[in-house]
Amino acid sequence: MAFDAQTATAWITASEAAVKADEARLTGLDAAIGDGDHGANMARGLAAALTNIAERAPSTPGDVLVAAGRGIVAKTGGASGPLYGSAFRRAGKALGDTTSASADEVGAALEAALTAIKGLGGANEGDKTMIDALAPAVAAFQAVAADGGPLAAAAAAAADGAEQGLAATVPMQARKGRASYLGPRSVGHEDPGAASTALILRALAEVVA
Amino acid sequence: MTVGIVLVSHSPAVAGSVAEMAAELAGPSVAIRAAGGTDDGRFGTSIDLIAAAVKAADSGDGVCVLMDMGSSVLTAKTLLEDLEDDGGGPLVRLADAPFTEGAVAAAVLASTGQDLDTVVGSAEQAWSMRKL
Repeated sequence: MAFDAQTATAWITASEAAVKADEARLTGLDAAIGDGDHGANMARGLAAALTNIAERAPSTPGDVLVAAGRGIVAKTGGASGPLYGSAFRRAGKALGDTTSASADEVGAALEAALTAIKGLGGANEGDKTMIDALAPAVAAFQAVAADGGPLAAAAAAAADGAEQGLAATVPMQARKGRASYLGPRSVGHEDPGAASTALILRALAEVVA
Repeated sequence: MTVGIVLVSHSPAVAGSVAEMAAELAGPSVAIRAAGGTDDGRFGTSIDLIAAAVKAADSGDGVCVLMDMGSSVLTAKTLLEDLEDDGGGPLVRLADAPFTEGAVAAAVLASTGQDLDTVVGSAEQAWSMRKL
């Protein structure tokens, strides 16, 4: 399966559905160490992404992701808005004008998303953020793609990597955002941003399976 | 003409109050605009509100943006990237400064007709103004 505009749109649609279904869990994670709005913010942002895609009717997967990113930046409200919004926009720009991206190209787009989030937020692996789910996911995706593996296998590996990365955030102490004020009291909880990243990457794996 | 000031906060009330206070101390010659909260009045940040405030504050000499924390900083940085990508927009600089003290310092310097670099510099120097 190739990653075309229809697949990209299906990914955002599935992500919105997954976040909406798990909105209460995401908000609960965020209530433990954040300000308790992550579930609602992500549901609102991804709904705006779908509206923006529907209005612009983009014809390439890159333009779908750029449209999604613009909707997310405009409507999410919290810090996840600019972070996810920039991630999707940079991923979309990395895909360029292609109408059908290969596994390698999708891997490069995911890497561009990771670079965007690191550049904007200044966080790194181990800071208990969405990067702790996305970085292992990108590495796993690219490892499969580099071996000539198909998109479905690469995306499945990325989703597994993200979920393992999410689990690894539990013993971490937060060094970014509101949770960082809690110091050692941030230990023992999953990071909500890593949790939403894991949902979005699982949605990708399911859409391209 | 003077440099404009935009205040971005997670809270609509904080942005509005600090703008009011800076305006009181700087006088009427400086355009100070608040961009707090989301576009539907909740806590958070809106890139569209910040973009509109920047446009309203710009008189051609540029705009100094101050942010409080969290999504304010990330959203302002995202807007700056958008403006750089699009080109042709107002000259905008983000000040890495304490919010209230930096806003007052920037507004007072702007009222004297200083350029954007000097206004941003005065906001950032507010870190070194000890209180005790």
